[in-house]
Amino acid sequence: MNILVCLKQILDPEMPSRDFHIDATGRDADRGSAGLVMNIFCANALETALQFREQHGGKITVITYGSASAEEILRKALALRVDNAVLVKNEIEQRLNPWSVARVIAAAIRKLGDFDLILTGRESGDWGDGQTGGFLAEELGRPCISLADDLKSDGSNPALVRIRRQNDQGWEVIEALTPLVITVTNHEHNVPRIAKTRDVMQAFRQPLTTWSHSDIGVNPQSITEDLARSEVLGLVIPSKQTQCEWIKGDTLDERISLLARRIANVVQSV
Amino acid sequence: MTSVVVSCVFGWTGINRAAMGVIGAGQRLARELGCTHVCLLVGPMSEANVSNVSNFADRIVVANHPLLDNYQCETVLTVLTQVCKELNPKAVLFSNESYCQEIVPRLAHRLDGSAAGDALSLTVQDDAVMVTRSVYGGKAQATVSLRRSPAIIWVRARAQSPAQPQPQTSQISQKPLALEPSTRVQVVQRHIEAQGTAKLEDARVIVSGGRGLGGPEPFAQLQALADVIGGQMAASRAACDAGWVPAGWQVGQTGKKVSPELYLAIAISGASQHIMGIADAKTVAAINVDPDAPIFHHCQFGLVEDYRQVVGPLREKLTELLV
Ligand SMILES: Cc1cc2nc3c(=O)[nH]c(=O)nc-3n(C[C@H](O)[C@H](O)[C@H](O)COP(=O)(O)OP(=O)(O)OC[C@H]3O[C@@H](n4cnc5c(N)ncnc54)[C@H](O)[C@@H]3O)c2cc1C
Ligand SMILES: Nc1ncnc2c1ncn2[C@@H]1O[C@H](COP(=O)(O)O)[C@@H](O)[C@H]1O
Repeated sequence: MNILVCLKQILDPEMPSRDFHIDATGRDADRGSAGLVMNIFCANALETALQFREQHGGKITVITYGSASAEEILRKALALRVDNAVLVKNEIEQRLNPWSVARVIAAAIRKLGDFDLILTGRESGDWGDGQTGGFLAEELGRPCISLADDLKSDGSNPALVRIRRQNDQGWEVIEALTPLVITVTNHEHNVPRIAKTRDVMQAFRQPLTTWSHSDIGVNPQSITEDLARSEVLGLVIPSKQTQCEWIKGDTLDERISLLARRIANVVQSV
Repeated sequence: MTSVVVSCVFGWTGINRAAMGVIGAGQRLARELGCTHVCLLVGPMSEANVSNVSNFADRIVVANHPLLDNYQCETVLTVLTQVCKELNPKAVLFSNESYCQEIVPRLAHRLDGSAAGDALSLTVQDDAVMVTRSVYGGKAQATVSLRRSPAIIWVRARAQSPAQPQPQTSQISQKPLALEPSTRVQVVQRHIEAQGTAKLEDARVIVSGGRGLGGPEPFAQLQALADVIGGQMAASRAACDAGWVPAGWQVGQTGKKVSPELYLAIAISGASQHIMGIADAKTVAAINVDPDAPIFHHCQFGLVEDYRQVVGPLREKLTELLV
């Protein structure tokens, strides 16, 4: 199967809250000294694709739409031995929204040729929109299966895949015919692997495809229009912090007794 | 003809606190926009439930069909697109259940509108719906204006005040549906996790474990403690990803949003993404070896200690206290 995985570079979401600041526009985070990383759910999607290729064969292409710095996550993917990597450069000086991202990636897909499976993360760790996969499915007129945590091919029919997806009660298994868009969530089985040092070195020498908007026939005007659908008016940092009462006592036994009493008080009032 | 605001409730979930939150948000938004409030019920719904909901909206539209006996995304999307194209709404609201989350962007695209998820508050400015939502894993809150109508939104449903009864009951109509079964996508198996994880959102007491527990075995001790205080079990993402407990136990940004009277976090550091899931907990308490763990910034009370020294004796003392 021919698989495309969409990757996004984001501000390191594990940075401590005290290092988080808002930029001069008041509408986005200040980069500051924080690192940029591959969105974790993209890494889960990539891992899912790699496992699928190991079991059933196929080719993996990764794509990102972003600034030049996003090359780094493509190199990370190349170090995990994906077959192709594409960077579509964001040439407008604005934060992207999922609608514009999906439009641009759909245009790139038309140029790249058809994919049986298109994988995205369930959501980004920065803006947490969780929309790109759904929009992309609609742009391409394909079904979308979301919150997938396992993907297998059906031995008998090469166009049929079995997807396990999470829901609020547990999970369900879906059988679907390709082509499909799938959004991937985290699971113990798709924890991202770590690249071998040799492959990391190799990855730096591998070719990347870099496209501009005009290379894929995207009119910047249409991006501006999509950005105008929803406008971020401002960001604030919530100030809510609670004063923690430390459970103190001379002996461990005393402290545990005190803790037990505090817990019992709350529980008895329920 | 006045425009409408639609609050959409799925029959597979029924009328619970989340549904009442969505309907409440729809009711208030409709009033603010000067719109009619339509409650759209999709899928199987008992007559009692339909008539119950009819106290909270100006109009009820019921969309049911044998092919809607079980949720199937593509079919539900077809139904919603049909109904919404006729109603021509300014806004359509859904709850935060996972089935709604996947519908929202796709419906927005089909209706050529705008989309937003995890909305905390909904207001109106310049005739556009404005939402606030947590971003950057809870480190910031954004205000977003959905300028393109219709605005398709899923809200954090249990954080919305429930709907208020209206003076007159609403008119109920059935939407006739012509549907074809999907040939491309089929649900072949459904599995409900043994612990009623769906009910985690309704739990009054929660005992939650993190990576610091070091393995799956200590969760049995936490379970014993939870049993004594009538609590349900939950976990951090790290514990779920390690495969120690089912994925459905995860609390946080991308897990369950809970609102218990007591949330006891054991060996959980309190990353902002985890805190996002417990913002509505009344009392948070923690046991952690590290006094600088961020979880303590969100606690009413906390004990700095190795959990291994604490959990067993704590259970015994609580057993005595709670007889
Ligand atoms: C996009 C995104 C979404 C996310 N969504 C979620 C989510 O929904 N839910 C979620 O939980 N996380 C989520 N995360 C992950 C989150 O950032 C943290 O990585 C995670 O919550 C850490 O889990 P933890 O606290 O169990 O582990 P750690 O951060 O490793 O903390 C372990 C804690 O255990 C303590 N400890 C160790 N040993 C002991 C002992 N013997 N006794 C007592 N204490 C001990 C340590 O002091 C430490 O504080 C998300 C991350 C991203 C990027
Ligand atoms: N700029 C981007 N480039 C490539 N893929 C993206 C981009 N933005 C979002 N995605 C994909 O869409 C998923 C969900 O993102 P979002 O809709 O922004 O929450 C991500 O995990 C990626 O797989």
